[in-house]
Order: sequence, then structure tokens, then C-alpha cells
Amino acid sequence: MTVNDIITKLNLSVLGGEQGLKKEISGAYTCDLLSDVMGNVDDGNIWITLQTHKNVMAIASLRDLSAVILVKGLQPDADMLEKANEEGIPVLSTNEQAFEISGKLFQLIHS
Amino acid sequence: MEFNFTVTGGDFISAGHASSEVKKVLQKLNVDPKITRRIVVALYEAEVNIVAHAYSGTIKASIDTEKITLVLDDEGPGIPSIEQAMQEGFSTASEKVREMGFGAGMGLPNMSKNADELNITSDVNKGTRVEIITWLNNKAKA
Repeated sequence: MTVNDIITKLNLSVLGGEQGLKKEISGAYTCDLLSDVMGNVDDGNIWITLQTHKNVMAIASLRDLSAVILVKGLQPDADMLEKANEEGIPVLSTNEQAFEISGKLFQLIHS
Repeated sequence: MEFNFTVTGGDFISAGHASSEVKKVLQKLNVDPKITRRIVVALYEAEVNIVAHAYSGTIKASIDTEKITLVLDDEGPGIPSIEQAMQEGFSTASEKVREMGFGAGMGLPNMSKNADELNITSDVNKGTRVEIITWLNNKAKA
């Protein structure tokens, strides 16, 4: 399953990092603590979070994540988006909160 | 080979720059991705610690065929009790830093888990030196 596949199925909007839409998804990780993500996420995971600053993309890039989903319609800081485009890691947006979108993504990945 | 970086306290915009550059070098050298990942996790945490707690710092990365040695020196408040700082969940981070999702007391434990050798020395009101050694050939501790 690629990032593109889940965008349509989960009705996500693409905010940046379009070059990475064909990346394969290995799973997902829902967390707002950066060190927890840094230490425990798996390569190729999608990261679901409410954090909207540039350091999110630093971690996404260092840990080779496939995409970031921002919950509750939150908008990324300008420099986060810039970094997403630079790194080619998609930043996606949903109006749903973390529990809802995580549940739906879990079902998609594990069905 | 040797690489040097400078880190400015409070500069979260540039945090992770050294980690990213070191990662690129290790990838070019065809280091096992699992080992690269451990190095990058440990270095990133150490780099962010300088940004979050110190005034300024330097990072020196020395790579030879056997190992990578990362030495991070900062000028800052220092760590009164390293034993306490190593405990998961212990943090002295500011409210601002916590709001960003840092400062959960996971940084030093993450470093410890991902380094083959971790040496920390600190002088209160002067600064801290962190040395992270990682063996590149899997022959050190698993």
C-alpha cells in the first residue's frame, strides 16, 4: 500500500511533499512525543500527530518515514512544509482526531 | 574522516542538521542501515539536548573503518546528577520545549539504548561532554 492509496480511502488532503506520494507504507505510529517516535517508530511508517513544527520533518527524514498525517485540520508551520517539499515526504491533513484516523488507517492496513 | 558542526542553544529550526549530515555520510559509506539508524537516533537526541538545554555546542564526528565516535561538547548549565538524568521520564525541559513534544525524559535513555558506548561528563554551570561510540561491524554488544 502506498501513501497515494490511503489518501483517497481516508479522504486526506495533501499539503506538501508530493514527490513522496508513491512511498510504500509499512505501518503507522500515533504519537506527539518526538523522542518516543524517534526511538520507536519503524522505517516506512506513517506518523500521525498534532505537532506542526519543522522538527517533525527532521525526525520523519532521519527515520525514513513514508508520510506525516496532521490531525484535527491542523496546519503545518511554513518551515515544516518547506522541509517536507525538500525531503519529498508527504504531509497530509485530516479533520478527524488521532483516535478516529488511526482506527481507520489500522483497518485499511490490516484488512 | 572527521566532520565538525556547531549547534546554537534554542535554535530548534536547525536541530537535526548534524544528524542528517552524518546519516548521509554513513549511507554513502554503505554502513548497515540498522547501525546507521542507531547512530542517528543517539546523535539526534544529543543534538536536541544541546539546543534545548545549552547555550552553544560543537559536534565532532570521527569515522574510521571500525567505529564512529561522536563527541558533543556544550557550554551550558551542566547536569547536576547524571544518574537522575538517565532515568526515563526525568526532565528539566522548559514548558516551551515540552509543548513541541520534546522534554519527555526519553532523550538520554534513547541515547543509552542506541549507543554501544555512552560516556557523559558534566560540570555544573560550565557544560557537558557526551561521547557516543558505535561499532560499525556488529562485533560490539548486540
